Amino acid sequence: MALIDKHVILEKNVTLLLIFSLLVVSVGGIVQIAPLFYLENTIEDVEGVRPYSPLELTGRNIYIREGCYVCHSQMIRPMRDEVERYGHYSLAAESMYDHPFQWGSKRTGPDLARVGGRYSDEWHVDHMMDPQSVVPESVMPKYAFLMNRVISPDSTFVEDTMATNRFVGVPYTDEQMEMAVADFWSQVDPNGNIFADADPDALLERYPGAQTRNFDGQPEVTEMDAIIAYLQVLGTMVDFSTFEPVASR
Amino acid sequence: MSKDDKNKVNTTGHEWDGIEEYNNPLPRWWVWIFYATIIWGIGYTIAYPAWPLVKGATPGLLGFSTRANVQAEIERFEDMNSEVKAQLASADLTTLADNEEIYSYAIQSGRATFATFCSQCHGSGAAGAKGYPNLLDNDWIWGGDIEEIAYTIRHGIRNEDDFDARYSEMPAFGDDYLSDEEITNVVAYVRSLSGLENEQGDVTAGEVVFLDNCAACHLEDGTGDRLQGAPNLTDAIWLYGSSFQEVEHSVRVGPFGVMPAWGAEGVGLDESQINGVAAYVHQLGGGE
Ligand code: HEC
Ligand code: HEC
Ligand code: HEC
Repeated sequence: MALIDKHVILEKNVTLLLIFSLLVVSVGGIVQIAPLFYLENTIEDVEGVRPYSPLELTGRNIYIREGCYVCHSQMIRPMRDEVERYGHYSLAAESMYDHPFQWGSKRTGPDLARVGGRYSDEWHVDHMMDPQSVVPESVMPKYAFLMNRVISPDSTFVEDTMATNRFVGVPYTDEQMEMAVADFWSQVDPNGNIFADADPDALLERYPGAQTRNFDGQPEVTEMDAIIAYLQVLGTMVDFSTFEPVASR
Repeated sequence: MSKDDKNKVNTTGHEWDGIEEYNNPLPRWWVWIFYATIIWGIGYTIAYPAWPLVKGATPGLLGFSTRANVQAEIERFEDMNSEVKAQLASADLTTLADNEEIYSYAIQSGRATFATFCSQCHGSGAAGAKGYPNLLDNDWIWGGDIEEIAYTIRHGIRNEDDFDARYSEMPAFGDDYLSDEEITNVVAYVRSLSGLENEQGDVTAGEVVFLDNCAACHLEDGTGDRLQGAPNLTDAIWLYGSSFQEVEHSVRVGPFGVMPAWGAEGVGLDESQINGVAAYVHQLGGGE
């Protein structure tokens, strides 16, 4: 029997067939995926990208919980029309601390990768409360209840979330871990109305460029504060007036 | 197949109730296409970036790069309009309408900019919403000549990004500045300025409260002050609503409308885009 006819052995034995199919598929996978982890031209060093602050991370969790990614992508593709509408195309480095990433594949609403700074906090509140009040044509659902859901670092398990993120590779420092609770409050309550030890300067040192203020305009800290803090940081970390992406990547 | 063919083609050898399975070879055309795809695949990895090496992947003979392509595409369109864009960026806005070519480019590009960046707040037809002014009418909070409009757009209003943003702050009169009664009276007075009927409040007493507390910004006759962005209270146009409750809410909390800066300090539209959208807004109906 020629070697080529030996396939009969595999075809007649289910276990062998499974093992060999798995082998073939993993070789394909390894050849395609493994190089991405060591090739220099896929790992771009971009200045400015930092891990999310505790409040932003909380907002991100709400974003995922509410399934915003079902209608919104966070990935500006390198095409002229996208760049004109949304801004500079997304860089891989900009989602390197996203676990899981929010690139998405469905756009019922616009891409949100660079929505930070494009609208005022007030607009976000108006829009989340009742999207049709500002954009009559909108099909986005109302998220008014976020205004009523009061949160604290404990209720949102922000320290655990940070520990999990650190476990999967986000470089939170020991100091950032230790000060998580204080940083949560300092960002949303910089004047120390609720948390007397608020220290926004220390927060800014740990998370450069973080925006500190009462985002939803209410005295309580709610899920609305967190999600707006998250929306307002999206796409703002890299300064494209100084960063010139290399064309060959 | 008929019984005679049985001699020409082998069977696989198994048999069930007299049924046998032929072992026909694959059709030739199929096999050749299969080989062709393999050769195509090899050619493709030579022409385009593909094989991972130690430091980077092979760049491919054609030198393909998504980033370079989009850059070239953007530049191609920039070049097509570069002259008129440069002229628009440095144009004197007050005489813009005299130069037909630049003006029509300004309006077209301004319409596109408006749809992309402004419509979420000001509405796709620029008619606004509660808290976001209508840009179609000739009632301007900060100023309606084209240069004032361009300034408002470039620097925005009450934002934290741009040091030159327009700024003013109406006090929240509900925070211990005025008693409930005084507030009711002044609300009635303010509403009476534009001819609205009131079921509560003493208009004459309200006028006194107004002159003491509000006239510094809204002026004695209530027609407003553009330097401070204090709206005209005597017309029928209300940014935050005209019902008794809505006006009372404005007086109690002190409205604080924020618009992002669209120039270099903010979102970063270029000068020709800002001049274009200013020209577009200016010609919508209310430009001065
Ligand atoms: C059913 C689909 C849908 C879901 C779910 C949804 N959105 Fe939207 N969203 C839209 C549509 C459509 C628009 C465009 C119209 C508008 O502005 O309302 C939009 C617009 C937006 C915008 C303005 C973007 C821009 O640049 O104009 C933001 C911000 C936003 N959504 C945030 C969210 C967040 C946060 C969530 C989850 C809490 C969410 N959306 C869930 C459909 C959706
Ligand atoms: C986040 C919402 C938002 C966006 C986006 C926005 N604006 Fe505004 N705009 C406002 C608000 C709020 C005001 C009124 C501020 C106030 O109360 O004085 C305003 C005021 C203005 C005014 C002054 C009107 C007057 O009566 O003086 C102009 C002109 C204007 N916007 C143009 C634009 C243009 C052009 C764009 C797009 C490039 C834009 N706006 C985008 C919220 C927005
Ligand atoms: C420091 C200046 C200042 C003073 C004093 C002031 N206002 Fe205002 N007022 C403003 C500004 C600025 C706005 C517009 C805010 C905005 O656009 O977000 C405004 C807006 C309003 C509005 C909303 C108008 C609309 O179109 O919906 C009302 C009503 C109003 N003021 C009434 C009063 C009354 C009554 C008083 C006195 C008790 C008063 N204001 C005192 C500056 C002032």
